[in-house]
Amino acid sequence: MITMLMSVELILNSVNINFVSFNKYLYPDKLDGVFFAIFIITIAAAEAAVAIAIIINLYRSHHSIDVKDAEEMRF
Amino acid sequence: MSASAIFFYILSICILGGGLLAVTSKKIFRSAIWLLFSLIGIAGLYFWMQMEFIAAVQIIVYVGGIVVLIIFSIFLTQQSGKQMAKPSAGRIVFSLLAVCIGFALTYSLLRPYVFPTSSMAPVDMSVRNIGNQMLSTTEHGYVVPLEVVSVLLLAAMIGCIVIAMKIKTRTNE
Repeated sequence: MITMLMSVELILNSVNINFVSFNKYLYPDKLDGVFFAIFIITIAAAEAAVAIAIIINLYRSHHSIDVKDAEEMRF
Repeated sequence: MSASAIFFYILSICILGGGLLAVTSKKIFRSAIWLLFSLIGIAGLYFWMQMEFIAAVQIIVYVGGIVVLIIFSIFLTQQSGKQMAKPSAGRIVFSLLAVCIGFALTYSLLRPYVFPTSSMAPVDMSVRNIGNQMLSTTEHGYVVPLEVVSVLLLAAMIGCIVIAMKIKTRTNE
């Protein structure tokens, strides 16, 4: 489950690189891409905090953080 | 090849190799360390593009915050030396297929597109300029998203506390 969190962080970072480089090389007269990158970083931080709170709570109740072990709400 | 291009390729190799090893590494702690290298490489790429503010934010939030949080939770929840289970062959095949299709789609979209070169004068990327535009209420101001994001951060903080609270306090009520 932590691996999933790390993969999501990588995806958000790749989006950030796209935003910043398009802003730098295609629209150097604007700052919009920089703001989008800043907001994405903020939301990624909030998401990581909530995900780790959920992971720790899951570990407390199931003694495992494998996705396959948490299947009470599956169907 | 100029020194700038050499720096760019070194940073790209660092980012791509770090990301690839982060998702394929068998031990989760090594995976976190590779993620750290990848994030530092991305911050270096921002420095290379002369976006110092974004690079500083990247280092502070990701390298200083999120990776430390991830390593902390790895130590809390499982043995760091334990090998992760090998993914099934069908999953590997389908993920490779998804990567290939995504790359082909992006390439086919980008191939005929000609990027227009902007002739406008580049804006000053200083922190003062960013802050002024972020808090301005005029047409290109970003004060409303800033407020929404601050409320979201507050909600996430309270939500984390509520989720991670012990159940014993709930039964005492």
